[in-house]
Amino acid sequence: MKRSYLAILALVAAPLAVSAGEITPTQVSFSDGSVEASLTGVPGDPAMGREIVGNKSLGNCVACHEVTDLADVPFHGEIGPMLDGAGDRWTEAELRGIVANAKMMFEDSLMPSFYKTEGFIRPGNAYTGKAADDTFGPLLNAQQIEDVVAYLVTLKD
Amino acid sequence: MKKLTSALLASAVFCTPLMADPVEDTLILNEEITMVTRTAAPAHVSDVLDEVISGWHFRGTETRAMQADDFDNPGMIFVEQAEEVWNTADGSEGKSCSSCHEGTDSMKGVRAVYPKWNEAAGEVRTLEMQVNDCRENRMGAEKWKYTGGDMTNMVALISSVSRGMPVDVAITGPAQSMWEQGKELYYTRTGQLELACASCHEDNYGNMIRADHLSQGQINGFPTYRLKNTKLNSVHARFKGCVRDTRAETFKPGSPEFVALELYVASRGNGLSVEGPSIRN
Ligand code: HEC
Ligand code: HEC
Repeated sequence: MKRSYLAILALVAAPLAVSAGEITPTQVSFSDGSVEASLTGVPGDPAMGREIVGNKSLGNCVACHEVTDLADVPFHGEIGPMLDGAGDRWTEAELRGIVANAKMMFEDSLMPSFYKTEGFIRPGNAYTGKAADDTFGPLLNAQQIEDVVAYLVTLKD
Repeated sequence: MKKLTSALLASAVFCTPLMADPVEDTLILNEEITMVTRTAAPAHVSDVLDEVISGWHFRGTETRAMQADDFDNPGMIFVEQAEEVWNTADGSEGKSCSSCHEGTDSMKGVRAVYPKWNEAAGEVRTLEMQVNDCRENRMGAEKWKYTGGDMTNMVALISSVSRGMPVDVAITGPAQSMWEQGKELYYTRTGQLELACASCHEDNYGNMIRADHLSQGQINGFPTYRLKNTKLNSVHARFKGCVRDTRAETFKPGSPEFVALELYVASRGNGLSVEGPSIRN
């Protein structure tokens, strides 16, 4: 109920870039850190997800995580756990929750929230060091989150 | 702080024990001065760190070796340039630094205790602020840009004559409130990535973040000559870069926030030798 009420508001207020039916960052509904519903209704593309996880200017997940499947990408970080087997350890809904906002699953996690637009201290305009302006959006868009989740699901031991 | 510790515990549970430890090595400067590059943490950080470690231990073999000999240290070229400026009169008073301070040896010990409370001015001053105060009020010269080459080279010269002396920044008395403010900033998770200085330099030093080996973010080695931009880099320029990397709006070099942060970060390195100008990648 609550979600559909918010969705109606969003149809009026959502920025133009958001396609109809997409769940915006402020509408995502978490339960125990998981997000059941797809953010877009469009199945994620694991190949795109793989690109996003490894690409420095997209998800840059390998800055903090090692992923054996991405051995072709140089320099993996050690800040978070290795992602091998993440698809065995977590369900799709849990992975969606972790990628959208890891702090819902792991309290005070160091992992950035990739689908969140509010509640930041001194948010900047990307890596310019300047204050955020009205182009400020989530780190990844809704379909990119779905693509990343689709990729993580394939990481089985 | 407690919150960050719990995040650390959580990741420790998941983490593979693949820590890239700081390198075991001893820094002997010019085959003469044995530098203290690791030592017991000062009392005011002993609740979070056992040991404080210079950034030198986190760099590669060649980079570490370059810093051990002044002939190999490109930072010393900038120190020599500053030595010339030290003796050159500037401004309406026709004075140079040496008019008031004589030789640069008179600066021995100064770097080790800055930032420092200045009673007459009623403020905590960084070395840069003190240098500009001399330029404006004693020499009648124009202020230097806070992170500019003239300034950073001069700070490196002043630092170089204290090398080997322990950092000993005072944090009680009138400086205390600014120290508290700096501490607050150190633990505030800023920007769209919501990372604090502590996220990287306290909870994750020794770990790789992409291609970078995270150090404790100590400032005993500043100014640092970076192989990346082949010049000396000041403390506030480094702070600015790190804050920017959290996708945050940064503070300005020389701002009260960065002065407070410098005081706090400097105090976390109390006991380490002054190393500036050091070499980093
Ligand atoms: C700044 C560091 C950082 C970045 C960047 C980061 N993570 Fe994480 N991640 C962590 C940490 C730390 C944890 C462990 C949970 C905790 O303790 O907070 C974690 C946990 C996870 C987990 C659960 C771990 C498991 O296998 O059991 C998944 C899945 C995950 N991250 C995926 C991602 C993806 C996908 C991205 C990029 C879109 C990403 N992470 C980016 C730090 C990061
Ligand atoms: C996202 C991670 C990250 C955050 C957050 C971060 N830094 Fe850094 N910092 C780095 C990396 C990477 C380096 C280069 C390698 C090293 O020395 O750790 C670095 C280097 C430094 C250095 C140079 C150390 C040396 O020996 O040359 C200082 C000083 C520093 N950081 C201070 C800070 C302060 C103060 C903050 C908070 C305002 C901060 N950092 C936040 C990643 C970070």
